[in-house]
Amino acid sequence: MIKNISNLGDAAIYCDFGSEVNREINHEVIKYFKTLTSKNIKGVTNLAPSYNKLIVTFDLDVINYKELVEKIINLKLDEISETASKRKKIPICIDEEFALDIERVSKNTNLTIKEVYKHILNKDFYCYMTGFVAGMPFLGDTNKNIRLKRLETPRVKVPKGSVGITEQFCNIYTYESPGGWNIIGNTPVKVFDKNKEENPILIKPGDSVQFYEITKNEFYKIKE
Amino acid sequence: MSIEVIRPGINTTFQDRGRSNLYHLGIPFSGAMDTRNLLITNKLVGNDKNDAVIEFALQGPKFKVKQNNINCVVTGNVSFTFKKNSKIYNGECYKTFDLNNNDEIDIISTNNSMYGYFSISGGFKIEKKWNSYSTHLTSKVGPNKGNKIVENDILQLNKNVKPIIKKSIDYSNSKIEFIRVIKGTNFDYFSKESQKSFFESQYQVTNLTDRMGMRLDGKKLNNIKSENIKSEGLIKGVIQVPPDGKPIIMLSDHGTIGGYPKIGVIISADYDKIVQLPPMSKIKFKMIDVKSAEKLFKLYSMETKNILDQI
Repeated sequence: MIKNISNLGDAAIYCDFGSEVNREINHEVIKYFKTLTSKNIKGVTNLAPSYNKLIVTFDLDVINYKELVEKIINLKLDEISETASKRKKIPICIDEEFALDIERVSKNTNLTIKEVYKHILNKDFYCYMTGFVAGMPFLGDTNKNIRLKRLETPRVKVPKGSVGITEQFCNIYTYESPGGWNIIGNTPVKVFDKNKEENPILIKPGDSVQFYEITKNEFYKIKE
Repeated sequence: MSIEVIRPGINTTFQDRGRSNLYHLGIPFSGAMDTRNLLITNKLVGNDKNDAVIEFALQGPKFKVKQNNINCVVTGNVSFTFKKNSKIYNGECYKTFDLNNNDEIDIISTNNSMYGYFSISGGFKIEKKWNSYSTHLTSKVGPNKGNKIVENDILQLNKNVKPIIKKSIDYSNSKIEFIRVIKGTNFDYFSKESQKSFFESQYQVTNLTDRMGMRLDGKKLNNIKSENIKSEGLIKGVIQVPPDGKPIIMLSDHGTIGGYPKIGVIISADYDKIVQLPPMSKIKFKMIDVKSAEKLFKLYSMETKNILDQI
């Protein structure tokens, strides 16, 4: 349920589902996101779902805050069938060439490198949201023992495909970009592909994701 | 039928009214920073309001025309010259002019403003991506493979099928004393003193400003609650405050998710104005409520319509 609805500026609605980050709350956000997408309300220009918030932007020439809030409050929610969420297996290479921060992660968690990867590989993660840059999935929750802060000085360039961890989350850099997550591997698959007109993202909110290890050879083979 | 890029200028891209409905993938609206000038540009050259124009920042491009009877226009607060039959003329914004094969246009700079626009009757031969001609550089989405226009690019033109009508309008980009702001969702994260000084002191636009955002310098805003919030969606016009206490305004190409508290949001009616402020400009914010912002937007829309109706 939406706990609180307010305005974000004069042309967006801020739906607050709570302050905690968990699957139940996120599932509610996704339910609203999917329903609003299918309702196609005139004047709505964009929907930004996240862990526990949903932002709805609108065209002030067509509709205003009060009118749209009314529609959102009275929304009849679509039920999302469980099959709508998919399981995705993502290959990652954890060779030292790609695992830029694994030594620091190992040191700061007091775990051996092998133990760190035990918490990453073949574990189920849930995709809470995608964004920041196109297609970047925010996955969770990682084991309590490998939760670290961001790097104190973010990298100017994180290589494309990098898999990073921070707090209870894990993500994949879909573009080379600046960033401060602890990088522990790299995937050769295209998590965002703009040439796929209808379906450019591989991992969608609500999906579950498992990482499996591949060798460097396999990495470059897939990359081709 | 083309124009050749002799000098690309700074951040020169194709833009239209923006790309909607992709926030959830991580793709922002993009689009012309100054919507009103985009609409005026299209109307002056007789193109559709949804057609693409070329946007440039501070320094504009220099083009060589490879076609006869080209009708074009420059808008914004911009200095430019054009070379016609080897003679150089000073250009006038908001007034269409024609060029022939091998003529040149040299867009020298924007004056006391950031963005200027250029277009040609008939428009550019480019393709829509996700229903828009806008370029989003970060995700490399849009015409020109999502890249900036660079030296030696050849920009193909559509055949202009309409009769060319010379058009001009007397328009000056208004300066405003205040940028009006609605309280953000984390306004109460800041100390009473900082809440006050945000609206009372002056902020300055720094060099760190581009299509993604605008960093400001000025009185440090003290966050007394939490310096990070759980990452959530952003929209253009949001003013975020990172731990250093210096506000950042999200602009059209912003990252779609962010974790800094939102102290305020620029009202829609003032967006065209704030984006035009070049580095070193001084800003003062004024707090208003949603109702007043909606009224101001109605006025802004009416004013835009009146300007377009005069063309």
